[in-house]
Amino acid sequence: MRRIFHFSLVLLLSVVLVGCALNKKKGSAEVEDSSVNLQADATSSGLSSDDSGSAQVLVTSDNTLDLDDPLGTRVIYFEFDSNALTPEAQRIVEAHAEYLAGNPGMAVVLEGHADERGTREYNLALGERRANAVADLFQVMGVMPDAVRSISYGEERPVAMEHDESAWSLNRRVEILY
Amino acid sequence: MIKVFIGGVIALLVGLLSAPTWAGITIEITQGQDTGIPIAVVPFQFQGQQRPNADIRNIVSADLYRSGRFLSLPPGDFLSRPSDPDQVRFKDWRLIKAEALVIGRVTELGNDHYEVSFYLYNVFKEKLLAGYRWTVGSSQLRQVAHQVSDYIYEALTGIPGAFDTRIAYVTVEKDSGNTRQYQLMVADSDGHNAQQILRTNFPILSPAWAPDGKRLAYVSFASRTSGAMIWVQNIETGERRKLLQEKGTASAPAWSADGRRLALRLSRDGNHDIYILDVAASRLTRLTKHPGIDTEPAWSPDGRYLVFTSDRSGRPHIFRISAAGGPAQRLTRVGRENAGASYSPNGKHLVMVTNQGNGDQIGVFYTGNKQLTVLTDGPLDDSPTYSPNGAMIMYATQRGNQGVLAAVSADGRIKQILRLHQGEVREPAWSSRKQ
Repeated sequence: MRRIFHFSLVLLLSVVLVGCALNKKKGSAEVEDSSVNLQADATSSGLSSDDSGSAQVLVTSDNTLDLDDPLGTRVIYFEFDSNALTPEAQRIVEAHAEYLAGNPGMAVVLEGHADERGTREYNLALGERRANAVADLFQVMGVMPDAVRSISYGEERPVAMEHDESAWSLNRRVEILY
Repeated sequence: MIKVFIGGVIALLVGLLSAPTWAGITIEITQGQDTGIPIAVVPFQFQGQQRPNADIRNIVSADLYRSGRFLSLPPGDFLSRPSDPDQVRFKDWRLIKAEALVIGRVTELGNDHYEVSFYLYNVFKEKLLAGYRWTVGSSQLRQVAHQVSDYIYEALTGIPGAFDTRIAYVTVEKDSGNTRQYQLMVADSDGHNAQQILRTNFPILSPAWAPDGKRLAYVSFASRTSGAMIWVQNIETGERRKLLQEKGTASAPAWSADGRRLALRLSRDGNHDIYILDVAASRLTRLTKHPGIDTEPAWSPDGRYLVFTSDRSGRPHIFRISAAGGPAQRLTRVGRENAGASYSPNGKHLVMVTNQGNGDQIGVFYTGNKQLTVLTDGPLDDSPTYSPNGAMIMYATQRGNQGVLAAVSADGRIKQILRLHQGEVREPAWSSRKQ
């Protein structure tokens, strides 16, 4: 099943609504292919349910990891200015890789993020490098590279808004979306 | 008696869109007030029926004040209020210790048009320094006021003014559904006449003015899963186009001085390098090739070099490379890390985000002696941009847990906070060109 496809239906509906709400100004452009709320409390309705009716959590920002089922964890965290996978992150990524290698045809987006320290552009690149670190391990584990897309939102989509290490540690992350 | 001249008659043909602005724009000088040249700006005499909204005297006075180089004397102290050269008595101004005097007049011509004239005097030398006259529509009166400020600034400091310029910036607000709404805005350098040129649910970063002052390059996202892309938008027509149809992501656009090329960061196969794009020909030339992160390119004013941020030696630092390619040379060896550099208009300095262990601050690096002077307090300062005359640096900072714009003089003496918008404001870019 290509779950990404179901999300695009939801996205499309949002586009129509957003499009109606905006009033066009001279000299102003509007993004027509706009998307849903991507804030990291991504249990928001637009993203977290598919049309089968069963809710699927795309992003977990809490730390209640089910250690018996790493597939239930879709977010891995990083050290400051680092794209190295921690042993815990490696275990989670490998579990997803195993699942995806056994389910070819699923499209995966790896969404890298950074904390707010450093420039926005550097963090955009850093987030992508983190996503690529996951993609590299996916490839080693036999996931088809064409099925994986690494992108980054840099520091633009923080999960935690405070300006301290506890917030920053939650924001330095890769979300595994499929 | 001093002979009067009208130095130039300038008809403004620029058809600026006027839009309602947020009434709460304030510029708070946080350091360096009460210094500078004492100047008396007399309220401009109005002749006509319909007084225009723009008060030239107040706009000029505010411009001069926020430059930190002038002390605008309160009109309550004035002993006379001349509006015509014949009415100027220099002893009235020597008595209140004004070194410079500005007088002027606004005359209604009908059909929503006005004639504005102004004269600038050196009080001690009893000398007329400048006199100009404009005929404009009411929507251009603010711009005329900024041009008056530019003439005064240049006549008294020897440095071209940068008041009649524009800035671009990004605002972020949450809508009723708690979704972040991003707007790319263009405003006069004092924050007035703000116009939205883009609105999207996706983040907007790194606006960069083309040298023609008509186009902005910026970074945003085409879809949820597209990754970062660069667009170029004509701010007069609103027409926008995505620059590259690459598989990777692209960001950090920087225009060459001739406006024909963009330096940018592009990732192909997961590697971030600096490329130069010939915009008309859509031809890409790779400039750096390194497994580290290379990003944030910026051209030297003469177009011979680019500086960029790279973490090839560990933490991010500033490197320089010839625009023709070749080896990159590390410039910064001070501080923990440095990023986001751009050249001063004279090419002698680089402004950058520096981390010396106290968070992210704005610093100026002197390319001659390779010393770095920290100008701001941090700890989350970002996106510094020089005014076109190099006198001020605008940047993004945090106040009360919200992003605001701030400005600091290039010598660090004057500091101010600009409150331009109710929501979060970030990513300032100062146009290199007059309106």
